[in-house]
Formats: sequence, structure tokens, C-alpha cells
Amino acid sequence: MSKSIRPDGRKVDEMREAKIELGVIPNANGSAKFTMGKTVAIAAVYGPRELHPRRNQIADKGLLRCNYDLMSFSVSERKRPGPSRRDKELSLVIANALSSLVFLDKFPKQVIDVFVEIPQADAGTRCAGICAASLALADAGIPMRGLTGSVSAGALGETVVIDLDKEEEDWEAGATDMPVTYCPKTNLITSLQLDGEISKKNFFNALELAIGKAKELTDMQEKALKENYKGGSEE
Amino acid sequence: MSEEKTIQERKVVIPGETLATGMEYLPGHGTHRVNEEIRASWLGLSEYNGSVIKVIPLKGAYIPREGDRVIGVIADVSYSSWDVNVFGPANAMLGIGDASRSYIELGEDLTRYYDIGDYIYAEVSKVSKSMFIKINMKDKMFRKLNTGLTVKISPVKVPRIIGKKGSMVNLLKEETGCTFIVGQNGIVWIKGETRQQELLALKAIKYVENNAHMSGLTDTMKEKIKEWKQNE
Repeated sequence: MSKSIRPDGRKVDEMREAKIELGVIPNANGSAKFTMGKTVAIAAVYGPRELHPRRNQIADKGLLRCNYDLMSFSVSERKRPGPSRRDKELSLVIANALSSLVFLDKFPKQVIDVFVEIPQADAGTRCAGICAASLALADAGIPMRGLTGSVSAGALGETVVIDLDKEEEDWEAGATDMPVTYCPKTNLITSLQLDGEISKKNFFNALELAIGKAKELTDMQEKALKENYKGGSEE
Repeated sequence: MSEEKTIQERKVVIPGETLATGMEYLPGHGTHRVNEEIRASWLGLSEYNGSVIKVIPLKGAYIPREGDRVIGVIADVSYSSWDVNVFGPANAMLGIGDASRSYIELGEDLTRYYDIGDYIYAEVSKVSKSMFIKINMKDKMFRKLNTGLTVKISPVKVPRIIGKKGSMVNLLKEETGCTFIVGQNGIVWIKGETRQQELLALKAIKYVENNAHMSGLTDTMKEKIKEWKQNE
């Protein structure tokens, strides 16, 4: 396939340009900004800290709590501010995707708060949010099994593509969007969702593609973290 | 099974990075074992001590350990104990039996000893698995910090404030003329004869915190303090 079928001229297995910035929120224990094309996600990690109300505390392990917020000006038509049903669902999806990475048994009765803000959305916000949160957790010095990468694969008609943007997601002929979160260190897929229709063959092709790209994203995160902290190795 | 170190000493490692392979090595602080591999648990600097591998954190909240000497603030006073905020994962408990070298009668007005908002210097005597923290003030070095100034720094930078065998804190003592108590939880208490001295010490502490990664910091600090003194 030499000629691209994608509106922005990308190759089918080409992601949008990703950018990473660390420590964007000084008041948080750890924070990161992850940009994927026009999608921007900012994650801030607070804690581990005491969980209130106390009835929500878990006696032998900690809790990872996430708050996903799509800002009202992030989309072309103003979104009503405040947590919508979608925001609440995505908060849970992100928290579940991250919980298996963190050594929560080291923080009995504690909570780790992850705030994900989306100031600009162009599809793939949950993936950008998870990437930002992975960086922010590492930046906060939280013990983890490894970093995680998240990217959406999918299909435009019968063509498997990676990292769909909003224009592709809204494609009239029917686009399928499949966000995948993968941790190379534990070799686990920690979240997998699918919106649309896809054949069995294309599903596995898309999954394989997404896993490969998620690996690339974790390598990128690793590089950014090492670059940011390389001053620390002088002694 | 090959046994090898995969990372050099004193390098920045990220969570999940493999530090060594083989059962010869032992996972220390900040690492975990996955089958044959020893991996880093958090962002930090790798360090090998014989066969034990550990990762010195570069960032992170205070996690209390038994024997830590900390500075805390009284958060609450109850019938037979105090609740102390040690800027850690949970408030610590200071029982009346451990609160002072003298005997405190049960039912006494405990605010006579330490009231809400008072700063105290104490030792962590117990940290249970469920994060119940107990502190004591049995030794005569532990006391209420009456006057002076406190500043909060990142707990992972406390070793830099102290320096090798206390070199940094001794320098600060000499140059500023202040008394210092450095809590392991990142609270530093400064007491000088004049306000100027205390503010100079505060400036120096902040400088060390912001430049903790620099090598030869003690020498730079000495010059900096001289410079600041001249400018006054």
C-alpha cells in the first residue's frame, strides 16, 4: 500500500508525533505532559497519602484512584464542565490499567491519586492519559513493575491502522477504534476496548500492531525519564 | 544461567529496568525479583553493595522506617496519647509512656507537655504492616522545638543536607552559626541567634535542595555562603 488512505497522509502503521514533558506541575509529587499529535494529556500524581474517608481504606494494600477530566474547551463543541458519565468510566478504565503496574501492597490503607486532564482532544485521549500517568507515576517515585504504553489501533474499512485521530474515528464508512494498553516488562495487556466492528483476522493484526507501538512508546518514556534525571548520576 | 550485571553503578534507572540476572544477587531497597532477574522498582540511582543491589530514590514521599529520627507536628491530643503529623503516609502515635523521660500521670492535662501545633523531635519506634506508626521521645536528645524555624525539603534529599559523615551540616553550622536538626522525613529545624542567621541558613538549605545532584556541593556551598554574607 504505497498511497495512504489516511486523511493526514500518515502511513497505516505510523503514529502521530509524540512529545513528553516532565514535572509540569510543581505542587504534585510527580507529573507529566504527553502530547500525541493534537491530543494533549497532563497527568499529576499525589501520594501515597492517607485515604479519607477511612471506610474506603483497604487494610492490606493501597488504592490507586484516578480522575479523568476532559476540559470543556478541549473539544470543538463546548463540553459541559464536570464529570460526565464518560469521564467517570474512563477514570475507572485508567485506574484499572495502572493498578496492576504499581506495587500497591506496599501502601496499606494509602491512596495514590492520579489526575488526568485533557486540555486538547483529538481522539485517543485515554491512551495519551495513560501514557502521561505512567510517566507521572515514575516521576513521583512510586514503586512499579514497569512503564506502560497505550495506543489505539483500529480499522478503516478493511485496513488496519494505528493511532486514529478524530477525523478517522468519525469516518462515515465505518471506523473501528481499539485502545490497547500494554506493559512490556510484565508482558500484560492491562486494558483493551473495542468500539465498532472488526474481523477476527484484523483484530489480531491490530492487536499485534498496537502492542509493538506500545513498546515504542515505553521506550520513548524511558528515554525521556533518563534524559530528565541524568544530572542525578553525577556524584 | 549466566550471572551478570547489566547496568553500571550509579546510573539513572527506571521502574522495571533489569539490574542483574542470576540468583547470586540479592534484591535490596527499591528492587524486586522476577524469576532470575532483579529489576528496579522505582526511579533512582543504581547501587551495588557486594551481592546486594539497591536503587537510591531520586524522588518520592517519606516512608517511615524504625529508627528514623523525625520532626513532627502535634495534630491532636487525646486522653493518653498524641497524634503527630510526621509528613508521612499516616499520623504517628506518641503514647504518654514514651513521650518524655519523666512520668506522666494518666488523666493529666496533656497540653501542658505538647499542644496542637507544637513541633517535636522524636524517633520512630515501630511501623506496623498496616502503617500504624509509633514514635517515642525517650532519649534526652528528643524534645519539643520551642523557637526557631522549620523548612520542608524532599525526604530523598536529606542525605545531601547531612553530607558525607555530616560534612554539609557541619559546614552550615560553622558558616551560619545556627543549630540544625534534620529529620529523616525532610523537615529541617533551624535555630540561630539572630533572624539574619536563620534566613541565611534557610537560603543555604534551599540551595542544597535545588542543587542536590551537583558534585562537590560542599565546596560550592562554602563559596556561596561567603558571597551571600558579603552582599548583606
